[in-house]
Amino acid sequence: MTRQLLWRLLTSIPVLLGVLLVGFLMLQVIPTDPATIIAGPSGTAAEIEDIRRQLGLDAPIMMQFWFYLLRVMQGDLGRSIINNAPVAGELMTALGPTIELMVASLIWAVPLGILLGTLAAMRRGQVFDRAVTALSVAGVSVPAFWVGLLLLQFAAFRWQLFPLQGRGGPLWTLSGLHHVALPALTLGLIFIGPVARMTRTAVVEVLGADFIRTARAKGASEFRVVTRHALRTALIPVVTLIGLQIGSLLGGAVIAETIFGWPGIGRLAVGSIVSSDFPMAQGCILVLACGFIVVNFVVDALYGLLDPRIRSKVR
Amino acid sequence: MTQDIPLIAVRGLRVGFHTAGGTVAAVDDVNFSVRAGETLAIVGESGSGKSVMSLSLLRLVPSAITTGEILFRGDDLLTKPAHAMRDFRGGRIGMIFQEPNTSLNPVQTIGDQIVEAIQLHEAVGKAAARARAVEVLELTGIPSPRARMKSYPHELSGGMRQRAMIAMALACRPELLIADEPTTALDVTVQAQILDLMRELKANSGAAIILITHDLGVVAEMADRVAVMYAGRIVEIAPVTDLFDGPEHPYTIGLLSSMPSIDGDSETLTPIEGSMPDPLALPAGCRFQPRCPFAIKRCAMEAPPLETVRPGHLSACWRAPLLETLTRGGQQ
Repeated sequence: MTRQLLWRLLTSIPVLLGVLLVGFLMLQVIPTDPATIIAGPSGTAAEIEDIRRQLGLDAPIMMQFWFYLLRVMQGDLGRSIINNAPVAGELMTALGPTIELMVASLIWAVPLGILLGTLAAMRRGQVFDRAVTALSVAGVSVPAFWVGLLLLQFAAFRWQLFPLQGRGGPLWTLSGLHHVALPALTLGLIFIGPVARMTRTAVVEVLGADFIRTARAKGASEFRVVTRHALRTALIPVVTLIGLQIGSLLGGAVIAETIFGWPGIGRLAVGSIVSSDFPMAQGCILVLACGFIVVNFVVDALYGLLDPRIRSKVR
Repeated sequence: MTQDIPLIAVRGLRVGFHTAGGTVAAVDDVNFSVRAGETLAIVGESGSGKSVMSLSLLRLVPSAITTGEILFRGDDLLTKPAHAMRDFRGGRIGMIFQEPNTSLNPVQTIGDQIVEAIQLHEAVGKAAARARAVEVLELTGIPSPRARMKSYPHELSGGMRQRAMIAMALACRPELLIADEPTTALDVTVQAQILDLMRELKANSGAAIILITHDLGVVAEMADRVAVMYAGRIVEIAPVTDLFDGPEHPYTIGLLSSMPSIDGDSETLTPIEGSMPDPLALPAGCRFQPRCPFAIKRCAMEAPPLETVRPGHLSACWRAPLLETLTRGGQQ
């Protein structure tokens, strides 16, 4: 298991390199020239050329990438074109709130999704099951920005139940919770549908397994059969799904953070792309990609915890 | 003595399922009883309803319509509320399943699964339950039972898993053990070991056994009495030696002659012609009649009741006692 995880860690190096390359190339393709932006509207052609040389933009593209790699490895992600602040520092400040928002979304959405899915599986074919299915489909189909805007319009603006914008402090403070509520609700809603549906499918399948019959034959109550015997096996595909869905959650974070003015990576990414702040945008892409890799790593580790067969397979 | 009062008496048991093609009765009007300490084998081909019947005794068949009476020491299990059933399941009635590979929870240790069985029925602490679990594992002859407590099912061989299943079923000292094809999924040598183990445990605990099997060899080795099932009904029920020596139902005769034997050297096996009827389109009258070499007109008109042929030997055949009928027919 440890070897498997180490291997996993090693294989994420080429993935990271790929991310760096794609992020780097993407910004090469964008038809805005950073040197022109830095020089401003009054910049002369000579000035622009000068800035270009300073930034190393006149070197061949492969060399530019190589220099970029070297700098990244030293933890230097460059400076923002807009306010000249170090990108790494800005990212560090924005990372906390984004993780906070993710945690605040997952902490209610995942358990609720699992609960709904399990109850639906236990009442298969009944009204509750259909209601959950309808709800999941709605949850998947309704775009996050629409839900976010509705919440903003009604819960925050019209009824004034929640603050409109921004972060109110750490999660464990009342103000922090108050501020995180709407963005976390928006982001969590993306998650509930898929989690509930996957849980339902997995639990239905596991409930038909022979070992569930054994548990019943032992005299276990239906509640115990589901919680102690079915769920642990059923959670394996659910964990996989959550890992895969983290990608859409990161996408959702960009939207939720922008709508609710949450000072996280998502808003930073949107802002930097809009303002052609390309070192910042590259940094954001890098952080989001790293987040994805870390989550997948955690998912792999969780498999081992949930399923002893996986644990012993790669010993 | 209480010998004459049955431990479990099944009366008019019917297990039906709703299907797209109509309601199907997998078990239809089954009657039998088992005395304390007795082993009743229930034999039949796959599809005869014997597995469904055994599961229905503990009401473990999902979405089935079960009617009739299942009297356990006079208490009708079919009228019990769900929570009361739990005292019987795994407590007074233990159950062993066919597939030890899939019937054990793959993500829990053997120890935890046995401990759970104990704690569900007895108000004992974790430590006492663990001690008990080691004890029952030891009874089943598993090598180093203490270490096996921490094993997961996938770390054990098929035979060891079945021993663990047996340990789990016996952990609460049940009065009745239902074993649904306990050796079918195992290697022949392991099969013999498991059967020996069951016999030994039965001798020590005095538990009655209902043994579901399609293997007449297993029947001969284990059973006191045998019930033969065909298409959801019991067609013959008799003490084991009586059944093997003088089968009365044509289906039983067919089963016995399709069994290979060591002493009958050049003897060819005689398979029963035809196949089990479709449960949605059962033949009128006797269900075996389309395949029966002895069938007469009446067989296709009326279903024969299960009636005494000799003391203790019941058969559901219009032509019973078959042997007598045939010899008389030969004389005429």
